[in-house]
Amino acid sequence: MEFFLQLLVSGISLGFLYALSALGFVMIFKSSSVLNFAHGELMAIGAFLFLALSAWADLPIVLAFVLTLAGSFTLGFILEKFFLRPLIGEALIQVIMLTLGLALMFRGLLLFIFGGDIHDYPEFLPEALSMQWGNIQIPGVFVAAIIIGILFLILFGFFFKYSSQGIYMRSVADNQPAALSLGVHVRRVFALSWAIAALVCAMSGIVLGIINGINVHELSSIGLKVFPVVILGGLDSIGGAILGGVIIGLLETFTGGYISTSLREIIPYIVLIFILMVKPYGLFGLVEIERV
Amino acid sequence: MQDNIRLLINNISVVYSDVIQVLKGVSLTIREGQAVSLLGSNGAGKTTTLKAISGLLKPENGKVTEGSIEYDGKPVQNSAPEEITRKGIIQVLEGRQEFKYLTVEENLRVGTATRWGKPYQKDLELVYNYFPALLARKKSMAGYCSGGELQMLVIGRALMAHPKLLLLDEPSLGLAPLLVKEIFQIIKRINQEQGTTLMVVEQNANMALQIAHYGYVMENGKIVLESNAKDLMENPDVKEFYLGTAASGALKSYKNVKAYKRRKRWL
Amino acid sequence: MRKLQFHPCGAYKTSYFEELHIFSTDFGRLWMWIGIVLLFGVLPFISNAYILYVVNNMGIYAIAAVGLNLLIGFTGQISLGHGAFFGVGAYAGAILATKAGLPFYIAVPLAGVMSAAVGMVFGLPSARLKHLYLCIATLAGQFIIEYVLVQWESLTGGAMGIVVPSASLFGIDLGNDRAFFYVIYFCFVLMTWIAVNLIRTRIGRAFIAIRDNDRAAEGMGIPIFPYKLLSFAISSFYAGFAGALYAYYTMSITPEPFNLWLSIEYIAMIIIGGLGSIPGSVFGAVFIVSLNEILSHLTEYLMNVGVSTGVAITIAPLREFVYGLAIVLFIIFEPKGLAEVWRIVRSSFRLWPFSY
Repeated sequence: MEFFLQLLVSGISLGFLYALSALGFVMIFKSSSVLNFAHGELMAIGAFLFLALSAWADLPIVLAFVLTLAGSFTLGFILEKFFLRPLIGEALIQVIMLTLGLALMFRGLLLFIFGGDIHDYPEFLPEALSMQWGNIQIPGVFVAAIIIGILFLILFGFFFKYSSQGIYMRSVADNQPAALSLGVHVRRVFALSWAIAALVCAMSGIVLGIINGINVHELSSIGLKVFPVVILGGLDSIGGAILGGVIIGLLETFTGGYISTSLREIIPYIVLIFILMVKPYGLFGLVEIERV
Repeated sequence: MQDNIRLLINNISVVYSDVIQVLKGVSLTIREGQAVSLLGSNGAGKTTTLKAISGLLKPENGKVTEGSIEYDGKPVQNSAPEEITRKGIIQVLEGRQEFKYLTVEENLRVGTATRWGKPYQKDLELVYNYFPALLARKKSMAGYCSGGELQMLVIGRALMAHPKLLLLDEPSLGLAPLLVKEIFQIIKRINQEQGTTLMVVEQNANMALQIAHYGYVMENGKIVLESNAKDLMENPDVKEFYLGTAASGALKSYKNVKAYKRRKRWL
Repeated sequence: MRKLQFHPCGAYKTSYFEELHIFSTDFGRLWMWIGIVLLFGVLPFISNAYILYVVNNMGIYAIAAVGLNLLIGFTGQISLGHGAFFGVGAYAGAILATKAGLPFYIAVPLAGVMSAAVGMVFGLPSARLKHLYLCIATLAGQFIIEYVLVQWESLTGGAMGIVVPSASLFGIDLGNDRAFFYVIYFCFVLMTWIAVNLIRTRIGRAFIAIRDNDRAAEGMGIPIFPYKLLSFAISSFYAGFAGALYAYYTMSITPEPFNLWLSIEYIAMIIIGGLGSIPGSVFGAVFIVSLNEILSHLTEYLMNVGVSTGVAITIAPLREFVYGLAIVLFIIFEPKGLAEVWRIVRSSFRLWPFSY
């Protein structure tokens, strides 16, 4: 029973980690319908930037954090302007391939600069964050991940549902010509969504870096784990991303705990295929309204 | 009636993809507070004219190659749609381009994009006042609304932007005759009560001329006829081809019609 | 002898049948024959072992790339699992050769068939999924196949892999590069010929209709799901066939090369080459294989130049960077790929010096 509970708790925390890393992905998809394969690399960039600023340049943690977020925001902006914008209107596969190419470029650069070793952040999270229930332990970072995850869920939810900018973003994804005709600044919307997504990526990259150590390969493989998570929840649903993350997290820890550790890596994809066969738009994705 | 010229189109040509010429020297004038209707059959270039004004040619790889479009005395041809809409020209696209996954109220809120950050509560009330049907459905997803509601929605959405010049592209498309009448009544009220300058592109010439002060007829990328709306209604050719009420009571044979009526289409 | 055909200066075709000709002029056909003669008669004798090795790899990759282009470029179904299907073919070929002891000329096509069967299984989601969702489903397929290749140790030998006996035909040993060159390029010419002709048939037209508008295609009476499955099957047949050739050529296989990275490489080939163009897939395969080779030579060279090995190790990842950069630049500046460049070059030569 205790083993079960421990698995349950770590599965949920892992799920929130996945969900947090999926948020940026959903952000981009929601406003520009681009499937970003460079997601894991964006997380890695954020994580390494924070490492460079906090550990190597020895800046105060808060300042380093703010600078990292600002840097990632700018990076997202630049990415959209120079790489994604020329491709507006091109076929889906071109865009996918472009993000794959970007992923390769980033990975090469990061490996060139930081090497393939695992780096660690200096300790900075307060001890008080970690929780203990009887024999079940939750490390502080997981608590932090859950808190950040829920915070962002609420923040993003409100942003897309109620703020004007959020509604403009959704309108662009929905019907671009109509949005253009009403004066929505489509290019600005795209740039903004990439910038925000890069920012969220950086944040989740840092959280993951605290837990697993910072490693390019590790982070980019988590970037791929995002796909089952978001597909399960439905590509455009933020709540779905959280739920998808938790489901995948639980699946992984339970498979790892009870069946075999090697199956653990693959189980999300197996479940993914079955879910897609039954519910092609994921659990919470918008069903395409097709009027002919 | 005011005499300030709101929009002046001077002899424009529009070319798509550098090869397909659609407009061949179109000129027209819209005065402040006027409702102008643009008539013509399919492929005459009406929609292209509207898009040339609102800057929406660009995404379709079209360009104004000659002539000029002046809005309040300043040239606006080939500007980006973001700039043009911010000057107060709003186009209602053909075929009810609603945002399917947004609710009715959210759809209306997109209309405030040109003046982001300003209060919009009053405008919502105004729109609901004109289109009470929308109030009842404000929380439901636009993708599930009926055609009539959607047409009201897209016109209302454009109103949210406080347009100085509203371009309407076929508001009657696919609607029941009664509904068409209702919508045109509302359009007329908007013109009179809000003082919004209007330009309506229509197939339903009868409806369009009833609310308009002035009318243009397009054929093959050219303006072939222009006059006061009343005179146009009386014009025998217009009567025959657009209103469907020939003077003799029966449709004339095509052979006897003036040369420009025989259209050759290459595209 | 019939009249030679040249490029007419206008559309003078009088029947749809004429539009279906592969070569619009007799010169095109002539050039093709010259090319084939040069390929088989001259190339193996003037190139050294290394060049021959690279050329052989190009041939293998080109076969698989042609298959992928049939799926993505002609049917419009995105697959991120082509590398895995290639791996399935390689393993099927190896297992058929070692465990079943089948001769090479049976094992290779049979491996293609098995790969086609696997491809159809992973094409099943295409019944309900489109675009992005299908893309992710095939990504899942990639990971699952990779997992099976590693874990099913009794059959695949796990991470140790399988050692494949060298191929022989009518008692002639095909183990050396030059002999296998002929095998690869015979298959290459045959498979390309089949592909070019396939897209002229009813099946090919159905594929293209599905790509351009599947709902309209359905409305025209094309049963889209069987055709999508067929497309998956044909494409994985090509991949499996090429994979089996690869297994025979390298003589020992491990699960490692058949990862997601290989699938991405295949997509890069057909995008850089040109989507929806058979010659394009060949250009793309040639380009990517050359790029790989050039980059690995370059890094090797830099490692040797950099006396301190510390510098050398850090240079290696730059290879990935350049590779990514090449893909990105191609997509931004020449989205139609090398096939389009080739077409422009050809037509400007043909019309030279009067380009209009």
